[in-house]
Amino acid sequence: MTTQSSSHPVDAQLAAPAPLTPAGSGVGVEFKGVQRHFGAVTALQGLDLQIHAGELVALLGPSGCGKTTALRLLAGFDRPDAGAITVGGRDVTKVPAHKRDMGMVFQAYSLFPNMSVRQNVAFGLRMRGRAKADRLTRADELLEMVGLGDAGDRYPYQLSGGQQQRVAIARALAIEPTVLLLDEPLSALDARVRHQLRGEIRQVQQRLGITALFVTHDQSEALSLADRVGVMSSGRLEQIDTPENVYRYPATAFVAEFVGAMNRVGGRIGDDGQVVVLGQRIPPTTPDAYAPGTAVEALLRPEALQVTLDSGGPGEIIERTFLGSSVRLRVSLEDGHELLVEGPSHGAVLPLGARVTLRVVADRVAVTERGAPAPAISPQL
Amino acid sequence: MSAIEFEAIAPRRVAPPQPRTAARPRPRAWRVLILVSMAVFYVLPLVCAVKFSLINQKGTYGPQNYTAIVNNGALSDALILSLEIAAITAAVAVLLVFPTTVLVRLKLPKLTVVMEAVTILPIVVPPIVIAAGLLQMKETAPLWVVNTFFNHPLTILTPLYVVLAMPLMYRAIDTGLRAIDLHTLVDASRSLGAGWPTTLWRVVLPNVQTAVLGGMFLTIALCLGEVVIANQLDQSNLTFPLEMIQFASQDNAPGISVAMALVALLFTFLLLFMLSFLARRRGGRTARVV
Repeated sequence: MTTQSSSHPVDAQLAAPAPLTPAGSGVGVEFKGVQRHFGAVTALQGLDLQIHAGELVALLGPSGCGKTTALRLLAGFDRPDAGAITVGGRDVTKVPAHKRDMGMVFQAYSLFPNMSVRQNVAFGLRMRGRAKADRLTRADELLEMVGLGDAGDRYPYQLSGGQQQRVAIARALAIEPTVLLLDEPLSALDARVRHQLRGEIRQVQQRLGITALFVTHDQSEALSLADRVGVMSSGRLEQIDTPENVYRYPATAFVAEFVGAMNRVGGRIGDDGQVVVLGQRIPPTTPDAYAPGTAVEALLRPEALQVTLDSGGPGEIIERTFLGSSVRLRVSLEDGHELLVEGPSHGAVLPLGARVTLRVVADRVAVTERGAPAPAISPQL
Repeated sequence: MSAIEFEAIAPRRVAPPQPRTAARPRPRAWRVLILVSMAVFYVLPLVCAVKFSLINQKGTYGPQNYTAIVNNGALSDALILSLEIAAITAAVAVLLVFPTTVLVRLKLPKLTVVMEAVTILPIVVPPIVIAAGLLQMKETAPLWVVNTFFNHPLTILTPLYVVLAMPLMYRAIDTGLRAIDLHTLVDASRSLGAGWPTTLWRVVLPNVQTAVLGGMFLTIALCLGEVVIANQLDQSNLTFPLEMIQFASQDNAPGISVAMALVALLFTFLLLFMLSFLARRRGGRTARVV
């Protein structure tokens, strides 16, 4: 999992080619109370977001949560109804898209079909009045960087989807953008290419030290790629934090259930403020949110639960799914509830029908009031 | 700069076409019958027209009817006038309809229905009604309007033909725009620093070039064939189709009239072949991208 760009272990593997822009040349971006409405629909309700220079922030959320609207507002394709957007301290709220100096990679293949690959990459430089020889040399350098040095004379239709997105990345970087915007750039690719390109995007972003905003609905993409992940719902930013914290310590029930699989287990708040669940006492992620004695539901990841064979245990294994490095079990409790439990696959084989005892192995647990409706999303179970 | 992080991927090579192994099924008799009937229906009149156009006034075969088109000053003037009207009409129609259609598709999609309704009006309203309305307008309009527009076919027919060409041009361009990912291409172009005129000229137009050319060729064909309005509005400077009618009505030169019709038909065919050629060339480039 990635953390801050300056300390990413992959940096150590990089060779030292001449950088296109000096590392760390990115600028900070800030959304200040940005609102956007489309008729009666509120796409963004007062978005406040800071992206630090050289940082890659991923906005994650279900369709219609406002993440793409935020990206388009930053790109200048749309204007907010209220609030302001600053880039490097400069207010760009009313600056048109073609004057913002932002490179963008789109979900759909966005290469210009009438231009060769080299002309595509050089297009932004042409718009900036760079001499022909200069811009073509630059285009060749960038194509070389993305591993398509010999494809400059080809046309987009002669490239695969992954190759087209590489060219799109080269084209976006050619203008030495202040901010790199990525609008689900991997969603149209097959799994293998997606995984490979994901790492390559991260490496280029880190090497150039460019500030980047990545929009996706794929949580594994967001968690593996970003310095920080912002989870959005209904036009609001529910939480923004490091991938580890978003996953392990979700701030809200929505975040808990949207990012990864989640169990809801009945419990209550003890006199000492701790959550009493499955017979254990565990600190809540948000202390003092509920009064002692309140009936709550603890939100527990499958890997935050551990099962032990116990003939008199309260649970029964009713389903077992082998996932390669791990095994996921579905355990039925005596009260009819079912829980997901995930553990390493190299452990003891627990047969179907076996009675088990469950134990919480998390150091903190998120809670929600009992009976609160689950978010209208489909967690990946 | 070296490829240190990205794995080089060899560009996709197009596999050579596989030889057909299965025998092509023999056409059934009814298919042949339909094809022959169609050929007779369409080709036979053309063959007859060509034969008739090659018969000169002495009753022998020769190219005199065709050379007469070039040598006859009135005919040449009519042809040049019609081509001028056609070229200006096509250019103006593109300049008006192309940006409007892009604007509607990008920013005002709810107006698509209105656009479709408005652009079909020139087809719904018969040309004779339009001509009658214009003649009425000529009677009542201020003198400067009459002097500016009604004194020459170029100034009165061109705006009218632009209106008549609107259904053809709009549908051709709209179809072209539907076939590309217009929003993404425009956004990509704008994010790279291109303003609206550059985006339209360098990114959108080349990718709907075939559709625009199709609309232009149809417009030119319309202009070269329109007689109803031209006949009503101006009798002093005849357009090419009006000259054809005049020759057809003369007893001594029907062959020239037919020759003119065939020249116009050949010109239109050439335009269509050119369009087909361009479409085939561009089809490959855009097929997998949009």
